[in-house]
Amino acid sequence: MAEAGRKKLSQPAVTPELVASHGLNPDEYRKIVEFLGREPNYTELGVFSVMWSEHCSYKSSRVYLKTLPTEGPYVLQGPGENAGVVDIGDGLAVAFKMESHNHPSFIEPYQGAATGVGGILRDIFTMGARPIASLNSLRFGAIDHPRTRYLVAGVVAGIGGYGNCIGVPTVGGECYFDACYNANILVNAFTLGLVDKQRIFTGLAQGVGNPVMYVGSKTGRDGIHGATMASESFSEEKEQRRPTVQVGDPFTEKLLLEACLELFQHDYIIGIQDMGAAGLTSSSTEMAGRGGCGIEIDLSQVPTRETGMTPYEILLSESQERMLLVAKQGCEDAIKKIFDKWDLDAVVVGRVTGDQQFRAFWDGEEVARMPIRALTKEAPAYHRPAARPAHQDQVQQLDLATIAEPKDFGAALKQLLAEPNLASKEWIYRQYDQFVRTNTIVAAGADAAVIRVKGTAKGLALVVDGNSRYCYLDPYVGGVLAVAEAARNLACVGARPVGLTDCLNFGSPENPAVMWQFAEVIHGMRDACLALRVPVVSGNVSFYNETDGVPIHPTPTIGMVGLLERVERFATPWFKAAGDVVVLLGRTREELGGSEYLKTIHGLTRGTPPWIDLQLELAVQSCCIEAIEQGLLQSAHDVADGGLAVALAECCIGGPDKPLGVRVEAHEMIRADALLFSESQSRIIVSVKENNLERLQELAEQHHVPLLAIGAVGGSRLAFQPLLQLPVEELRAIWSNGLTARLK
Amino acid sequence: MRWGVITFPGSCDDQDVVDSLRLDLKQSVEQLWHKDELRGEFDCLVLPGGFSYGDYLRCGAMARFSPIMRGVVDHASRGGLVLGICNGFQILCEVGLLPGALVRNAGLQFICRPVHLRVEETDSPLTRNLKKGQLLKIPIKHGEGCYFADAATLESLRKNRQILLHYVDAKGKATPAANPNGSLENIAGVCNEGRNVFGLMPHPEDACNKLLGSDDGAKLFASIAAAAAERAKRHG
Repeated sequence: MAEAGRKKLSQPAVTPELVASHGLNPDEYRKIVEFLGREPNYTELGVFSVMWSEHCSYKSSRVYLKTLPTEGPYVLQGPGENAGVVDIGDGLAVAFKMESHNHPSFIEPYQGAATGVGGILRDIFTMGARPIASLNSLRFGAIDHPRTRYLVAGVVAGIGGYGNCIGVPTVGGECYFDACYNANILVNAFTLGLVDKQRIFTGLAQGVGNPVMYVGSKTGRDGIHGATMASESFSEEKEQRRPTVQVGDPFTEKLLLEACLELFQHDYIIGIQDMGAAGLTSSSTEMAGRGGCGIEIDLSQVPTRETGMTPYEILLSESQERMLLVAKQGCEDAIKKIFDKWDLDAVVVGRVTGDQQFRAFWDGEEVARMPIRALTKEAPAYHRPAARPAHQDQVQQLDLATIAEPKDFGAALKQLLAEPNLASKEWIYRQYDQFVRTNTIVAAGADAAVIRVKGTAKGLALVVDGNSRYCYLDPYVGGVLAVAEAARNLACVGARPVGLTDCLNFGSPENPAVMWQFAEVIHGMRDACLALRVPVVSGNVSFYNETDGVPIHPTPTIGMVGLLERVERFATPWFKAAGDVVVLLGRTREELGGSEYLKTIHGLTRGTPPWIDLQLELAVQSCCIEAIEQGLLQSAHDVADGGLAVALAECCIGGPDKPLGVRVEAHEMIRADALLFSESQSRIIVSVKENNLERLQELAEQHHVPLLAIGAVGGSRLAFQPLLQLPVEELRAIWSNGLTARLK
Repeated sequence: MRWGVITFPGSCDDQDVVDSLRLDLKQSVEQLWHKDELRGEFDCLVLPGGFSYGDYLRCGAMARFSPIMRGVVDHASRGGLVLGICNGFQILCEVGLLPGALVRNAGLQFICRPVHLRVEETDSPLTRNLKKGQLLKIPIKHGEGCYFADAATLESLRKNRQILLHYVDAKGKATPAANPNGSLENIAGVCNEGRNVFGLMPHPEDACNKLLGSDDGAKLFASIAAAAAERAKRHG
């Protein structure tokens, strides 16, 4: 076996078994040998294993991700960096991204979720942006599964523990329970930061001889091979993989955040990158890859938490709260001074080279030498086999004639509101600081969160959303609807979308059925992004979300950011005053396939998801936004899971004040249960003062949007004539306790 | 008047206090760093919320040893005004400027939500602009905000009318249901015997603008500003 450099460091021999245990297949190993012109040593094998892992290389998804629209007039930075950046005017830009931390959160919920938040925060502030708001999208197993309560409590406490301590508000999110996540939960964390357009930093290494500096926490043995673990499926023994979960220290991250933001005021650095998945290895090689240069690291200079760490461990550690930066020569001392103020390490550990190699040294000995391109651009990319699964036709079969309508529609509505998926999520979000940084205008619980941008007249709206039932039944339509609903949520608060980030959570890419789902979802997202004119600026793929061969439902989570030109012109979902006219924008059709009603009341996840006309969708959204901008609306709320009846109930009871009643009348010639619970798309319930109704009607006409005045706000009951009539106080009690009662 | 807002390592709400004082109350504010000695004259020093030193030990237990705290104690002993919010309240209890202690919430969870407060005493700089019995709506956000004091301390707090704010319901009643964290007798804010040092768990800086849901917090800051102006007149 050939080895780089002198043979001082004793390393295990590279055997086929060792290669396999690093998650590399024989073909991939042959490719490594080709790149190196020799066999790799143990340290190099470790580096290849993480850099070629699914998590770091996107080897199964890259060919599909390239098809997403990533450009737009305001996009300053698209995918490929630590986060996407979009211009919002006034000399400012927003950087945002979403990332998954699924596997660690299942193994150790508190630390897994906490470090997920820590990681996404670093992705944002490494761009030079101050994080100002976070969201999260959570998927747990069935509420009555024995492990669910423990996981929910741990994940929520972990997100709060990290986000609260670092002083970034968690302003919203979503949470959904389904048995398909029993043994593979999803924790997707989103953060948005604000940055001066002229001072955006990127993960770039350039300028031969420039020093490479390590800042932040010391390196420990935690998280070694986290990226590789995230690229494997779960089996029961994986629960014993706790040592591969990193441990978070939000206090140190807070210091690192403030120190970095202070550093960014000066022109001391060329580039900077978070040491996230695959730690020092990925940050150094990716920075060199973007700059088209080489990089060398002296591992003996890396600050370590414990003695006796090997080069292999130092390179692969995923210890948190660390950053790598390329300084301008001569600025080292000025940089050290800033980090010294915040009691953090800042050490020169290497330099930029011109040889396009990644070289690592240990006590003067070269322990690794690999071409940068082999670790980055030329990492394997696969066109994996994809095939529509045989059962797809079967799950889409739904004969409504065999589904009996409930005898008591009121009881069905109550059952839906008590269901944890539709009930109030206050138990979760009250554990998050939603107000720090004093920007929060609409916090968790509305269609989207709204924050102000200090120093400007503007506001930002943020949402995360996804519906895996739809994606399971028809992944193409599911992909379209996920994007459409996120944009509709923004429209309901009065914001126009400026960009999108995603977390694509799927089963194993080696399963052709999963690969088919992935391809279909991406295709759907692409079509919706083009029609609604929303560019994808960043994202993340999480494969291998399956246990013992059973994949989760395909779950693309969409994070979308919208802009309000005048922040005081926003809307909330809740009815405001008796006498206001209740108006439905859009039409209700008999679409019960994949509905929450079918799942909760009839125990079925079947049929085809609702149909959508993207041109009508855009028109409905534009109409709603313009009506809010013109000050016509008292409230606006998207009709989604649970249909019109649940949406109306939310308008009555979801607000912070005393609930208000409503009286509406049924109109469509469709089944009564469909009228109440159909999930037809492109619908928004708005309320208006009577004297504004005419102007709203004119606006709807201009946009060719169907409009129906269906009733009026008032009284103490939700009356959906002639189908049901229930006291709103009772509905609020059921809805408020639905989740809490099940978590006790 | 001159405000000084201290940043400890791990302070989160320091900038929020500064922004609210500057933007909403048009006050002059200086930002102070915990490693520095306190220099210059201030009418009121603010110890903001957050997680000083990560609060990995007991909340506020490390921050009380920061170099600037010597100056804070001197300032208070000369009758200068000191306001501790949330973590700042915890630090003031740790350093002995305020009686009692703040322990883990009764429900064991971090809680973030707007609460109602009832003003109990108006002869303190923090509450002088308000009316006795007036209700304020201000958010809390803490995991360790359960106020505790032994019987003798509680007795002297009562006797000296040092309890300034209680947690109440929307109707102004100090019920157990309105107590978000298990605080002794629904206590949300207290002052020292000299009535120049105040601590409260709710965050007035988060409630200084109607756009954010409430401007009741601004009323507390405005009270302090008015008190400082009067003192300046008296001494001037």
